[in-house]
Amino acid sequence: MANTPMVEIHQLKKWFPIKSGFKKKSDLKAVDGVDLHIYRGETLGLVGESGCGKTTIGRTLIKLYQPTGGKFIYRGKGVTGGSIDIFSLNESQMRPFRKEIQMVFQDPYASLNPRITVQDILSEGLRVHSIGKGRDERKEMIAGILEKVGLRPEYMYRYPHEFSGGQRQRIGIARAIVLNPELVICDEPVSALDVSVQAQVINLLEDLKHDFQLTYLFIAHDLAVVKHICDRISVMYLGKIVETAETDELFRNPLHPYTQGLLASIPIPNPHMRKIGKRELVKGDIPSPVDPPDNCRFVKRCPKAFDRCLKEAPRLTETGSGHYVSCFLYE
Amino acid sequence: MPKLFYRKKLDELEEKARPIHINSYWQLVWVKFRSHKLAMFGAVVLIIVVAFTIFGPLFVEVGYEDMDFSSLFKPPLSQGHPLGTDELGHDVLVRVMYGGRISLFVGFASSVITTLVGTLIGLLSGFYGGLIDRFLMRFVDVMLSIPMFPILLTLTLVFGSGIMNIILVLTVFGWMGVARLVRGLVLSIRETEYVMSARAMGVRSARIILRHVLPNVIPIVIVSATLNMSYAILSESSLSYLGLGIQPPMPSWGNMLQKAMNYILGTATGANPWWLTFFPGFFIFLTVLSVNFLGDGLRDALDPKFVSES
Repeated sequence: MANTPMVEIHQLKKWFPIKSGFKKKSDLKAVDGVDLHIYRGETLGLVGESGCGKTTIGRTLIKLYQPTGGKFIYRGKGVTGGSIDIFSLNESQMRPFRKEIQMVFQDPYASLNPRITVQDILSEGLRVHSIGKGRDERKEMIAGILEKVGLRPEYMYRYPHEFSGGQRQRIGIARAIVLNPELVICDEPVSALDVSVQAQVINLLEDLKHDFQLTYLFIAHDLAVVKHICDRISVMYLGKIVETAETDELFRNPLHPYTQGLLASIPIPNPHMRKIGKRELVKGDIPSPVDPPDNCRFVKRCPKAFDRCLKEAPRLTETGSGHYVSCFLYE
Repeated sequence: MPKLFYRKKLDELEEKARPIHINSYWQLVWVKFRSHKLAMFGAVVLIIVVAFTIFGPLFVEVGYEDMDFSSLFKPPLSQGHPLGTDELGHDVLVRVMYGGRISLFVGFASSVITTLVGTLIGLLSGFYGGLIDRFLMRFVDVMLSIPMFPILLTLTLVFGSGIMNIILVLTVFGWMGVARLVRGLVLSIRETEYVMSARAMGVRSARIILRHVLPNVIPIVIVSATLNMSYAILSESSLSYLGLGIQPPMPSWGNMLQKAMNYILGTATGANPWWLTFFPGFFIFLTVLSVNFLGDGLRDALDPKFVSES
């Protein structure tokens, strides 16, 4: 690789302990050994079905959850010595990075406190990180950012319930961007919105990325959205990455059986384009992530599974340039 | 960014936005409260009742202990006793006024302290969770399972009776409900995305509690505080009956009711002194009702989402 990635995540693990009655303590392995890297200025998509651990990754990266294991090497602009492991920091050392790494949440209704005005919502981060002197200057910054996200500046005097879902999501985006971060984790930012509004918000995110030189980790389950906005895509299944590739490469040449099934599941609007009988969808449901066996996680639903898949777990290996897959078919 | 331009424009815009959004949150609350008819009714009645108990005694010469042996069990509107007299010739009007001071004070003080203590413990328990939560909630369980009355009787023997003791007892045995209520609310608020967002930005826990958790808990706490006040006024009467608290001849609405219980089936002469129960009962009813209306209105006014129909 030509340049070093801005973010390197090594073997990220997040297990939630489950204590139940007399049974032995077990772990819900929401994220179990994930490797990701994100280059400066790109948008990395993270896709997978519900319950595969996408959201947990996002929340663990900003330490809303304490990671069980792994490293989060960060090479931001202000990092002394070039790189730092975010997970090794305590809360006060972490503080400057809480400005650099921001998050946009999924639910535009739950992510804004209903009892404070938009102005207060947006100024909270500014105040915590002592950006802007005094109320007036912060007010101007807030007005500016509201215009940037396509809202009128005087909306800052309103309460969240006075806005539509799309407008609320814009406020949520403004809250992240106003701190001028480097990395923004978008946790399914459009999945709760109407399709027409989705497009607007997606375009807004792209514009902001360009204006503020942002890097996105874009978590989603809608492949059409991901195809549009992402430079590279990582496909996740049950706490593990199964395939990572550049967007075009992944859609043209999906290697992992799960990715193939996932892509086959995209509805095709034009009936003449459909290849009747050729769609091989993934059957069954995602298995329980509680104490999963140490083999390929996908084996029970995989149409191409063989003996080895039941016995050991495949590793993420590079097959072509920048195309990583975790499957024995390609070893 | 053209700063001056923005500042000027913003001031103009704020001016425009004002008719809908007034100046500050508290002004908005006041406007909404004023338009809530029942709440205004409650507030006015409560103010009248409080004024009546505080200033009423200044206009009469008879004290609450003064007995008029020539007129026992006189019905209301008899000469010199607008609300009648009781079995010892006490003037009921005077006793209702003095009794109100005590009942209102006991009710208000114990409900405020109970709510404060309960909310604080509920917040800590719900927000921090873990060991703190376990310890506090087991403490709540213990407090709830202590039989109250034997302890009360012992306390009376040790400390004697009095208003402060009643407030103390009602608080010590009353905060657990609020604490559980608040804890439950905090548990759900703690997991909301707006709290997560605040944490992700590095906002300190104390500020998250004050800024994000507490304002979302307050409306429900207010309603529970008004219910608590009614409960406190009523339980003061049963405590007085047991000998802890307000002792005759000092009146409270509660012990006036309690004493009148003896004549509920009529006196020895066969007359039925209904006014002995009616007047203190009526004032308790009026107070509790208006406090509840007040709480309702306050809850709605504090909620930015709530816009009254008028």
